[in-house]
Amino acid sequence: MNIHEYQAKALFEKYGVPVPKGAVATTPEEFINALAQLPEGPTMVKSQIHAGGRGKGTFTDGYKGGVKFCKTKADAKEIAGKMLGNTLVTVQTGPAGRKVQTIYFTVASDIKKEYYLAILLDRASSKPVIVASTEGGVEIEKVAHETPEKLFKIIVDPAYGLADFQVRDLIFKLGFAGAEAKNAAKLIRNLYNAFWDTDAAMIEVNPLITTPTGEVLALDAKVSFDSNALYRHPEIVALRDLNEEDPKEIEASKHSLSYIALDGNIACLVNGAGLAMSTMDIIQHFGGTPANFLDVGGGASKDQVIAAFKIILGDKNVKGILVNIFGGIMDCNVIATGIVAAVKEVGLKLPLVVRLEGNNVAAGKATLAASGLALVSGDTMADAAQKIVKLVA
Amino acid sequence: MSILITPETKIIVQGITGDFGGRHAKLSLDYGTHVVAGVTPGKGCQFFEHGTHKVPIFNSVTDAAKATGATVSVIFVPPPFAADAILECVDAGLDLAVAITEGIPIKDMIRVKRAMQGGKTRLLGPNCPGIVTPGTGKDSFGGCRIGIAPGYIHKKGHVGVVSRSGTLTYEAVFQLTSKNIGQTTCVGIGGDPVNGTNHLDIIKLFNADPETHGIILIGEIGGNAEVEAARWIKANCQKPVAGFIAGATAPAGRRMGHAGAIVGGTEDTAAAKIAVFKECGIEVAVTPSDMADALLRAAKAKGVTLT
Repeated sequence: MNIHEYQAKALFEKYGVPVPKGAVATTPEEFINALAQLPEGPTMVKSQIHAGGRGKGTFTDGYKGGVKFCKTKADAKEIAGKMLGNTLVTVQTGPAGRKVQTIYFTVASDIKKEYYLAILLDRASSKPVIVASTEGGVEIEKVAHETPEKLFKIIVDPAYGLADFQVRDLIFKLGFAGAEAKNAAKLIRNLYNAFWDTDAAMIEVNPLITTPTGEVLALDAKVSFDSNALYRHPEIVALRDLNEEDPKEIEASKHSLSYIALDGNIACLVNGAGLAMSTMDIIQHFGGTPANFLDVGGGASKDQVIAAFKIILGDKNVKGILVNIFGGIMDCNVIATGIVAAVKEVGLKLPLVVRLEGNNVAAGKATLAASGLALVSGDTMADAAQKIVKLVA
Repeated sequence: MSILITPETKIIVQGITGDFGGRHAKLSLDYGTHVVAGVTPGKGCQFFEHGTHKVPIFNSVTDAAKATGATVSVIFVPPPFAADAILECVDAGLDLAVAITEGIPIKDMIRVKRAMQGGKTRLLGPNCPGIVTPGTGKDSFGGCRIGIAPGYIHKKGHVGVVSRSGTLTYEAVFQLTSKNIGQTTCVGIGGDPVNGTNHLDIIKLFNADPETHGIILIGEIGGNAEVEAARWIKANCQKPVAGFIAGATAPAGRRMGHAGAIVGGTEDTAAAKIAVFKECGIEVAVTPSDMADALLRAAKAKGVTLT
């Protein structure tokens, strides 16, 4: 689960991670109150959407930049008016962009130097890793690729936690000294506490900055949480912003379906995540484009199949559907009956190819054939994928 | 031989009185697997009955293991309690814990994995379909089925299968059995980013198993476990290996159903992993329908008989 920058910074403050003073507004009327909480002087105006690349983004009305520096609060108020309610397109939003519904004003800090700091899971060691670099404000993948010597990592042993010597080691490698070193050490430790306590999946601060007065501040904040752990963090669940999620994906989660919208035109409905991914792949392999990832789970009950069809048909790009079910434990005939009922209930008009395999498959195929529906049976995944690609072309 | 389990292995089912655990305990009993004990705290001294089977239920894994001699436990308990259930297997000194549970918090697994380090208990999963060593009876009856895989699609033979995904494993097994090619053991290692046993661990076991003549390695986007396994295969494994990677069409940064199936960079994409497979002499299945055929190609090239 992702949260907004302003929410992440509130979390940082709770854990003693310094951030520039800021205030949020969701209506033009609130701009005045929000700005009143900040001192007069240079102010940043930041569009709040769950996507990176905001600063270099463009609004759909042509206005450039979702993050702006303003010399005065009056300027900030004017600029915020151009962003709020406008739709911002960045490299991460896709062409549709995201509507900006919250503006975050912050004091524009004097920057002495920029750094990069992140905490996430190191999959190779199955332990948390702190990644830091002296190259802040740029893409970390680029640093890792081009100047790996400027990237430092600390693997944290979960049995002991983050050790002081590890923090010192990182501080020296990053070249901090004096008051800066002390402040940076405290910030890193507090940020790690925030990561561990909240079951965060990733915390990224890019850039982390030093100021001419020796302060160390998180200038940006990107935080995501492990969805599996949300049951023990109601305070984090409360931060969820449904405006930032695809309505089809929200609907799918209500039915315990795992759905991700893509931009192709062949929808798929599959049981199992691995099989669902490879069904998308095989559609592409035979020249089609998948419209979605959809895993109905191992069971594939009738109600779930009906809900899945409705979600798929909510995507207007869809020109055909491929159902791929490996009924290992479940009776294929039960699944086939569910598919037939679902197709009738939603009044499906699009081409449909069904590939069923597994337990009692002959009876399942007979049920599909006797249904009178205009569906096509596929024998293997390859056969089914080729058939749907042909029907949609 | 098989790896990790044999048809004689005695198993415990943690969560046997739940819907999910109970249903699969019955299917394992039907397959001829020695389900010798159940564990549900507070329900000790009761029995889990199925047909002629009467499986005793215990309050703890240690009690169950002591009373029955079981060496393996399969975990069906809900996510908030699953980490504790795994640690209980470690405490009981079991050889293997198989965690089927999906949705365990990553932090719990980070701690569990650290706690298991250096111990004798191996963990398979979590979020995995389990492990099957087929038997010699009709539809592979008489084998050891631990977890949720359909037993009947298997056939006793000489191919090892390892995968993160359940249904994709079944797809591969089904293709093999349809071609009359049997399996030694089929292992699901699970779709979570922190899991107990990885591809490489299983590949090493298959490589050392004289009964296993060929291997199918099924992976997906995210992490570098497949790459690590492939590099080891190149250096150490003479057996024919076929590989498949799911998720070529997955958008970056999105979790594709499995918590671990997420493209994080340029090296954990399907294309990058497939390139490493090819470089390491692994015969790549072009589509998921091609997994068994890919292994046949690899076996033919090395002059190995799979049947």
